[in-house]
Formats: sequence, C-alpha cells, structure tokens
Amino acid sequence: MDKDRDKYRIKQLSIFSENRPGRLMDITRDMKDAGVNILGFTIAEGSGYGVVRMLVDKPEKARDTLSSHGHVVKFTDVLAVQMEDKPGGLHKLTTLLNAAGINIEYAYGYRSPPVAVLIMRVEDIDKAIDTVLSNGGHLFDTSHFK
Amino acid sequence: MGCWNEKIQMMPRKELDDLQFKLLKALVHRLYDFSPFYRAKMEDAKVTPDSIKKLDDVRKLPFMSKKDLRDSYPDKIFMASKEELVRYHASSGTTGKATIVGYTRNDVDMWAESLARSISSAGVERGHVVQVANTYGLFTGGLGFHYAAERIGAAVVPSGTGGTERQLDLIRDLGVNAMAATPSYMMHMGEVADKLGISIKNDTQLRIGLLGAEPWSDKMRDRIQDWLGVKGINCYGASELSGPLFSECSEQTGIHFWKDIALLEILDPKTQEPVGPGERGEMVITMLQKEAYPMIRYRIGDLSVVEDDKCACGRYHPRLQRITGRVDDMIIVRGINVFPSQVEFSLLTNPEVGNQYQIIVERKGALDTMLVKVELKPEAFSDNILQLNAMRERIEGKLRSLLNVSATVELVEPGTLPRFEGKAKRVVDRREY
Repeated sequence: MDKDRDKYRIKQLSIFSENRPGRLMDITRDMKDAGVNILGFTIAEGSGYGVVRMLVDKPEKARDTLSSHGHVVKFTDVLAVQMEDKPGGLHKLTTLLNAAGINIEYAYGYRSPPVAVLIMRVEDIDKAIDTVLSNGGHLFDTSHFK
Repeated sequence: MGCWNEKIQMMPRKELDDLQFKLLKALVHRLYDFSPFYRAKMEDAKVTPDSIKKLDDVRKLPFMSKKDLRDSYPDKIFMASKEELVRYHASSGTTGKATIVGYTRNDVDMWAESLARSISSAGVERGHVVQVANTYGLFTGGLGFHYAAERIGAAVVPSGTGGTERQLDLIRDLGVNAMAATPSYMMHMGEVADKLGISIKNDTQLRIGLLGAEPWSDKMRDRIQDWLGVKGINCYGASELSGPLFSECSEQTGIHFWKDIALLEILDPKTQEPVGPGERGEMVITMLQKEAYPMIRYRIGDLSVVEDDKCACGRYHPRLQRITGRVDDMIIVRGINVFPSQVEFSLLTNPEVGNQYQIIVERKGALDTMLVKVELKPEAFSDNILQLNAMRERIEGKLRSLLNVSATVELVEPGTLPRFEGKAKRVVDRREY
C-alpha cells in the first residue's frame, strides 16, 4: 500500500527567500538557465522573508541548481487533487476532507480545462491519499509533473 | 613546554609588586622631568614624583583620555626625537580620528617581549609554525604577533588576511600549529574549510588560535573549540598601548597582564574609585616601560573584571576577564545600554542560526528600534511558516530577556550578511541626533 501511495507524493520545492527586490528573479533565472519548467507556483509571506513554493518538471535538477547558488531549498511532499471545473468542484473536495477530519496546512490551485487541480499540503498525507481515493476521487501522480 | 622569560613570568607576588613600584616611580620621574605635556598635567593635579610613595599612589596621577590622544595628533606628546623613532603605527580608528603611535627601538622590543611571553604561556613554542592572519600594516595585529612568534623561535607564515582558500592550503601543507586572527575570521575560515570538505579538526595540526581585536564571547570560543578543535586563546591590546600585548595562558582563565609592562586598574566609571574584587569596571592602564608615547592612567574605554589571585598555572600576574564591551562599542537603545557581545551571546544559544549577525539601530519618531539580522541555517529551514515565525519569536524572546529591551529579529539567507576579515563591524546606527 505504501508503495502505491508513494507515487502520489509530489515533490514540491520550498525555497527560503528574503523579501527584497530581485530575489525572486534570481530564482526564476536559475530555473530558466537550467531549462526547468515551472508547473505551479506560490509565495507565502513570513515576516521579512518569504517561502517560495514551486512544482517543476525536474525537481532534482532545480534543487541542485538553486543550492549551488546559495539558496536554502528543500523538498516538501504535497498532493495534487483533481477537481471538477464547475461550481461546487472545490466544495466537494473540502466536504470530503472535512468529513475525514483532515486539516489543510496550505493549498493553491490552477485550472487546466477540462479539470481543475488543487495542490495541498496536509499533516497526514497517507490518510488524505486514502480518503480521496476510497471516495472515488482522483489524484495526479508524479508522472503528471514531468 | 617552553616558557619565554620564565623568571619574570613565574615571579612571586611580592617581587612583582616591588618591581612594579620601582618602574612606576622611574616613569613618573622621567615624565615630570622631560615631558611638558605630562608635567603640565601633573602640576594641574598637584602631584610631583615625590607624591609616589607606594603602588597605590598611582591613583594620585591624572587620567589620560582618548581626547588627549586626538588633540595631540600626530606627534605632539611623543617623548622621543626623530633619531630615536624606528616605527609608526596608527589606531584602527574604531571611534573618532586615528591616533598615530611612535616607537623607539626599545618600544618595539618590549612589545615583542610582552606578547612573546603571552603566546608562550598559551603553548606556542620554538619549532611551531605560526600563521599570522591579522592585517599587516598600520594596524598592529600583524606585526605584533609576527615579532612575538619569531622571538620565541617559532616560524612565522605572514599570510595577513584574505585569500582564505590559500591560507587553508598553507595551514595543511606547512603543518601550521597556531594562528593569530580575529575570532570572526577564524569562524569564517572554518566555514570556508567546511565548504571545501576540509576538517580543520582532523585534517590539520592547527590547535591554537590567538584571537582578539574585537569583542567575542565564551559561547563563540566553545563553538570554535568544539567545531574546529582549535583552542581559543583570548588576546588583548590596542595600538595606543603598542599593539597586541597580552593573552591568556593555556588555563584560559583570563588574560595575564605582565606587571612589569602595565599597571592595570579597574575603576567605577562614575566615582573613579577602584571597584571591589570581581566587580566590573572601566579599565585604566599605565604602561610602565613605554618610551616614545607614554600612557599614564589611560582610560581605554573597555569594561571588564580583573582576578588577582594566583592562577592555576602558578603565575601571579593579574588576569583580565572578558571585555564585556568597549565603552564606545556600546549602543544605547531606548535608554538601555546594549553591547554587541551580549547580542552575540544570546544568538549563539539558538542552534537554528549561524555565526554572523548585524545590529541595525534606527529612530522612528521618538522611538529607537533595534533590528537584529541573523542567518538561518539551511538545516533549520522549514516549509512551515508558522514554525519559522515561532523560531523567530523564540530568538526575539531570548534577546529581550537578556538585553531588557526588545529587538526585532530578521532571518536572512545564509552567506548574505557581510563577512569581516579585520575588525567586525556589527552595528549600523542610522539614528540622527
């Protein structure tokens, strides 16, 4: 079962970044130069710093490039849940998670017709995988982000 | 282990006191007779050489301040003729205008003698290789250790500062045993070595660090000793006094002030009375054998404690404890005295942050604000903002409880704060008065 779940753990890059002009550009330049495509992206704001979170097509290459340029970077496992691209699509998912008592630490989404995708970080990732799958939901696996 | 000039190093207390008194008396005679500057000062204070009947009578002599030195720029109070001078140095200018220091041949000799005794008491000996990673030039740190190490028969590698990777090559290839540097440069060298995959502890013979020229803490020493396997020997000096002069012995329980070189008083800065044993006060230094640029009861501006009991090493020369601040390093934030050394001490108790820090003081309206920037260690980074904020608040809480004034802590990326190869400049004061 663990093996089956592993493919749904999407490797998100989390990057510690000072909140000052040009710092994000340093990161995006690195990605461009390394030929890494950014598939999903968000910035969380701390105080005086931010955490940049990205899904990319070549996670290892992205991490190594950023580290070698002095960035503090690590992988965080997230889930990519498919939603219906229509009113109530996200509500259906939150209802399901609520029923199972699963708390979302953070999430961000994108629309990719005919579906929409919610990237989410939860505490108990295995439980979230089981909950979504056993209720007929669909998770994108790592092969989707290549 | 070698002990340079063992006779004076191990001299019993009574003999040392007698010697010190004799040297003080001779000094006062010489200044009264030959220096218009000191004679005028003594006349103002109504003292003559005859007033000095016992060691304690040093307290009758007038003080010298940094202002006296500035006013005498460049050489108004030198007591040596051009023919007698063999060297000039200049102060590092921590505050105010630079001070020019002139040396006779004997001044250079006594300077080397004092520091030679000190580093030999710390374990440096003939046959050792000593890398001097202090700045050479007008700053006294380079040449001071250079002459001292040569004097006891050690081989000097005069690397100066900078070129850290090359310095590491020299340390390995020449089997360097001791290095003179600022503590922050020692730390920097450790960081560079780590990055290159070199363990100073396991891959080199470097075991003694002769560290000084900037305030540092016992926490930092622990880190240097544990991480690099280098015994951190605290050193003390100032260009006005000749340069680096004194250090701890291998017991590391305070910096021995050679009694025939300097007479050290610790006074209450307000009343100018001596503080009790073990109490903190302002250091006042009389240099007993300096010729070209004498120093009498010089208020150097450092605050510390002196222990005068017999050291575990057997020496009776008094031991200066940690400098807990230079009077002029001190910043006053909302009326509270803050020393960078306290900030450093507090920060080093947090395993999540690195060695480098910067204090930025600003004034917003009538209120002073203090910002402390510190580098997050990569292994302490969490994707969880709540955890990062909690860490930041924890660091702030520790600072506040030690300093009694609140500071905002900002986590910055590793390697982004300024590194210093000479004297670290940790405080940026942007207030306008």
